Amino acid sequence: MHSGILQAINGVSFAALLFLLASGFTLSFGLMRVVNMAHGAYYLFGGYIGLSITRYTGSFALGVLGGGLAVIPLGYLIDRFLIRRTGENHLAQVLLTVGIAFVLGDVALKIWGGDSLKVPTPIELRGAIELPGGIIYPAYRFVLIVFSVFVGLSLWLLYRKTQIGAVVRAGVDDREIVSAIGINIDRLFVLVSALASFLAGMAGVVGGAFLTLYPGAEWEILVYALVVVIFGGLGSLEGAMIGALIVGLLDAYGRWLLPEFSYFVLFGPMAVLLLFRPRGIFGREG
Amino acid sequence: MSNATPSSATMSGPLLRVADIHTYYGDSYVLQGVSLTLQKGQIAAILGRNGMGKTTLIRSVAGLTPPRAGEITYRDMSLRGKPPYVIAQAGISIVPQGRRIFRSLSVRENLLLPTSVLARSSQARNGGEPGQRWDFDEVLKEFPQLAERVNHSGGSLSGGEQQMLAIGRALMANPKLILMDEPSEGLSPRLVLRVQEIMRRLRARGHAILLVEQNLELALSVADEVYVLSAGQFVFQGTPADLANATQVLDQHLGVSGARMV
Repeated sequence: MHSGILQAINGVSFAALLFLLASGFTLSFGLMRVVNMAHGAYYLFGGYIGLSITRYTGSFALGVLGGGLAVIPLGYLIDRFLIRRTGENHLAQVLLTVGIAFVLGDVALKIWGGDSLKVPTPIELRGAIELPGGIIYPAYRFVLIVFSVFVGLSLWLLYRKTQIGAVVRAGVDDREIVSAIGINIDRLFVLVSALASFLAGMAGVVGGAFLTLYPGAEWEILVYALVVVIFGGLGSLEGAMIGALIVGLLDAYGRWLLPEFSYFVLFGPMAVLLLFRPRGIFGREG
Repeated sequence: MSNATPSSATMSGPLLRVADIHTYYGDSYVLQGVSLTLQKGQIAAILGRNGMGKTTLIRSVAGLTPPRAGEITYRDMSLRGKPPYVIAQAGISIVPQGRRIFRSLSVRENLLLPTSVLARSSQARNGGEPGQRWDFDEVLKEFPQLAERVNHSGGSLSGGEQQMLAIGRALMANPKLILMDEPSEGLSPRLVLRVQEIMRRLRARGHAILLVEQNLELALSVADEVYVLSAGQFVFQGTPADLANATQVLDQHLGVSGARMV
């Protein structure tokens, strides 16, 4: 019984991390129709930079902020000078961004080495919380859940309730007409792409504090993020929330109940869902 | 970016001048040397069968499919190399074929989009004659059926309501020139009459309209000047009355016998 609840918290806190990464991924895909496979590398890079900032300044909060901010110019340059050249060619985009991810991974290896590194968390977050029923759980994971809910709510308000959000949603509906009614869609791309980079870099620092950072971590997390957006529907913020929860819980219970099939527990339901809803839970037709 | 619009005091030529444009759609050579002029507050109708390049002409002016050769001038400003959003901000609004309203946005959001911060349009702020400016309330007054549905999503509207929304959205930018691509498409005869009435009202308020239509009757009833497009070139230019008498053009390029026109 206790383990079941423990796995639920494991799942939800992993979902919280996945949402941070997948929300930006899905928004930038929805608007720009670019499959950016380097998103995992943004996560890892942001994580490492956040780690260095945290070590240097002693402030975890600064590390989280700095890790996110540092990825913005990186993402901008990659967007502007590399991905932009692929136009609408999705195959070229995937190949290019996978290549970029390899390069970034190697650069990270050169700078931070091949050991598994943990972003140091502040003393206050290192303890454990005792839940009713005697369940003891790391406080950090609870803070992560609260933080992710806060980020999710902010994104939702921005996306659903502001004029900028309406412009982004309009761009997801029909990019060409957005520019034909007088909106500089390139400027919108830069904004959304910066937001996506920031969220990925921030997720790297937050995730690096409990999953650790190591060469290859970018691909592991990217696979999860892809499954999240496929479950939820590419381009849907609500879908990223629900998808992250489904993937987080499937992963936690899969590892617990069927450890030797944990990947199947993740990909099996995804395949079934795609059979019936090829665009994901919140994906729209057309 | 807003300095793209010259002040009306310096303007001398026609509102829109299309001079010998050649436009390709991918590899296909669609517009093969097309020229026209449109004065302020006038309606020019482009007629022609499907696939003759009518929509491409609209898209050329809007900057969505820029011509490879030739020149488009709007209020003495060359549109060459200008991206669609700059052209829109200069005062050219589009009512696209198939309406293309934003289906997941509410009616209110659809209408307010052209006035959003990202669409900093000097035209939307200053355009239109005094007392003739379009804003959210004014557009809803013009299209009362939209007023009842401001919070509905665009996708939930009927075809006629979507067309009103597409026109309303174009008006929110207070354009000097409205590009209308088959506004009567798929509408009931009663709604086609409504579209006709709207176009006349828009002209009376000083908007010029470049209209692409399959509905000959509608086009002839509102247009000041009519062009017939065939295989990427104009085969006729004249007044609606001239066209009604040009039996050979009607028969060969529009597929209507002259007798039916009388």
